[in-house]
Amino acid sequence: MPGLSHYLALSAILFSIGLFGALSKRNAVVVLMCVELMLNAVNIALVAFPRYLRPGLYTGQIFAIFVVTVAAAEVAVALAIIIAIYRRRETIDVEQIDLMKR
Amino acid sequence: MPDIGLGGAVGFWALATLSVGAALGVVLLSNVFRAALALVLCFVGIAGLYVTLNADFLAAVQILIYAGAIAVLLIFAVMLTRDTQRGSLWNRYRVAALLIAGLFLGTVLAIVLGTDWGTARLLSDAPTTGGIANALFDKDAGFVLPFEVASVLLLAAVLGAIALLREG
Repeated sequence: MPGLSHYLALSAILFSIGLFGALSKRNAVVVLMCVELMLNAVNIALVAFPRYLRPGLYTGQIFAIFVVTVAAAEVAVALAIIIAIYRRRETIDVEQIDLMKR
Repeated sequence: MPDIGLGGAVGFWALATLSVGAALGVVLLSNVFRAALALVLCFVGIAGLYVTLNADFLAAVQILIYAGAIAVLLIFAVMLTRDTQRGSLWNRYRVAALLIAGLFLGTVLAIVLGTDWGTARLLSDAPTTGGIANALFDKDAGFVLPFEVASVLLLAAVLGAIALLREG
């Protein structure tokens, strides 16, 4: 039967997949997708903890709702930045967006 | 450990496999558009996992906002940039990233599986929407200020996105 540790392990696996992708991809949109994956993984843990440890306590779910809200705002701004960079430089390859390193 | 029934167990394993497989698809698929669709599949799987956790409101939020709004935005961005034609390439930190993610996963799994969490005996099966609303807007221990700040944040994000994308 799945218990708290199963959900936490699943959360850790999803977070690690997202972390790997966010660090190793060149397309900025794919990097953003992997960041969304990491946020979702954290949400699973936030919902699983109160479900198994303190039933009837909703703080974890409220945190998850705030994470979703901030993620929505983050995606809107990040995609606007990506499209703005693409207009100027014709690329969204994160290895070529290195203006501040020069 | 509380019993959530055979159906719950089957549902958990099926949805967990679906989510992890779709997440791997996001990272490993070479076609960016397919990666975005795999991400939608992963979001839907996670919404199902919320149902197995008895978080009905969050499951609906997950479908509406992640599988709906955020996925559409990401697919728009995929289609508006020509980098998509080159596929989803790896950068030169691939091996280091795999090492870091593997180290993180090992550490967290060791901690999670090595801890006795002392699970509660009684699991609540009550609907959560009313409880969330009461906890969110509670007079003493509520989240009214963060709630209002979140609305300002969303407004600022929308205005910022518009300002960034205006020509000129």
